[in-house]
Amino acid sequence: MKSCLIVDDSKVIRMVARRILSELNFEIEEAVDGQDALQACQKNMPDAVLLDWNMPVMNGLEFLIKLRQEKGGDRPIVVFCTTENDMEHIQKALMAGANEYIMKPFDREIIEAKFAQVGLL
Amino acid sequence: MNSADFQFLADFLKKGSGLVVSEDKMYLLESRLLPIARERGHNTLDGLVAELRKGTDSSLKVAVIEAMTTNESFFFRDTKPFQIFENETLPALIEARAARKRLRIWCAAASTGQEPYSLAMILKENAAKMPGWRTEILGTDLSSEVLEKAKAGMYSQFEVQRGLPISLLVKYFRQVNEMWQIDAAIRASVRFQKLNLMDNFTHLGKFDVIFCRNVLIYFDQQTKAEVLERMSTMLEPDGVLFLGGAETVLGITDKFKPVTGQRGVYQHAA
Ligand SMILES: C[S@@+](CC[C@H](N)C(=O)[O-])C[C@H]1O[C@@H](n2cnc3c(N)ncnc32)[C@H](O)[C@@H]1O
Repeated sequence: MKSCLIVDDSKVIRMVARRILSELNFEIEEAVDGQDALQACQKNMPDAVLLDWNMPVMNGLEFLIKLRQEKGGDRPIVVFCTTENDMEHIQKALMAGANEYIMKPFDREIIEAKFAQVGLL
Repeated sequence: MNSADFQFLADFLKKGSGLVVSEDKMYLLESRLLPIARERGHNTLDGLVAELRKGTDSSLKVAVIEAMTTNESFFFRDTKPFQIFENETLPALIEARAARKRLRIWCAAASTGQEPYSLAMILKENAAKMPGWRTEILGTDLSSEVLEKAKAGMYSQFEVQRGLPISLLVKYFRQVNEMWQIDAAIRASVRFQKLNLMDNFTHLGKFDVIFCRNVLIYFDQQTKAEVLERMSTMLEPDGVLFLGGAETVLGITDKFKPVTGQRGVYQHAA
């Protein structure tokens, strides 16, 4: 079973994403911001990260940059999932090492399609 | 709707576009055609059918036929066929056509353009392997409405997230307000043209690759066979035909046979 860390400051989004990804057979961990996510990764490197951008304490982009510098931090497949839906943000994310990018609002179909594309399904 | 009217509509559609509507799909006729009936001042389909029976209003005929088409499509639909195209079909053709340097591709039910544009992006990504080549992608469909959209190359956020890798979105699209438009060079590499598969299409010439995906499913056996047989005369001897995931030639025509190890891909039988 593959593991996925869901990082979002919204409880509702985490719940929706958890439901979809559990159905796709992922073992789920949750984090409420980038800092929290980084700690989770240092304990246990996940196979995948579903990552929000705007969060308190540490945002998604900062988290991603730090993650990629961690030991083993190049391994997780990181899929951004954010309301930031302009080219500039997408390019920044890809440059920082994101593997895919979902523009909110999302649904099961989009998550499934994107996860399949990066070889997680 | 009474059964005489239903029969009339079913015959009309089968003749007009090949579409088979069985009696249990009556609701589909209602939901798709009522808006057209209302536009013309009828509260039910009866009035619409009466007008159609008169047979004088050709714009009505077109509207009814177009309204009954299912146009759903997405970029790199089903992933696998496009991987096969890029990793098997294209390298083989690059070798086989090394002297002629010419490649012709036909998407026979192009709908809103995602399929031909997916192929166009693949060609662009592989352009370095084809210096000096002339490549042509033709997208045809019976519905002018979807062709307009295809030509504009303008897609919603939802549409660009189904099947399109983000790296290709960044590379080949630009944002126009809430929409995403595919790059002018990619748009220019695809030609769109209105064509009903029920009509003669041999004038389009010969193709190296034909995509005819997710359209035969709407036809009956005999119509499928007729369309496939006419297509076989337009496919180069070493060309390939791509069908949709729920479509096959088996039991329908002996003009084609499956390509071993490439699901959904067919070649000349003999
Ligand atoms: C479901 S879409 C398939 C789009 C694309 N090939 C794909 O697989 O995603 C089917 C398309 O076939 C077109 N179509 C239906 N009957 C047709 C006919 N007789 N001649 C040409 N196109 C037809 C419809 O207008 C519609 O756009």
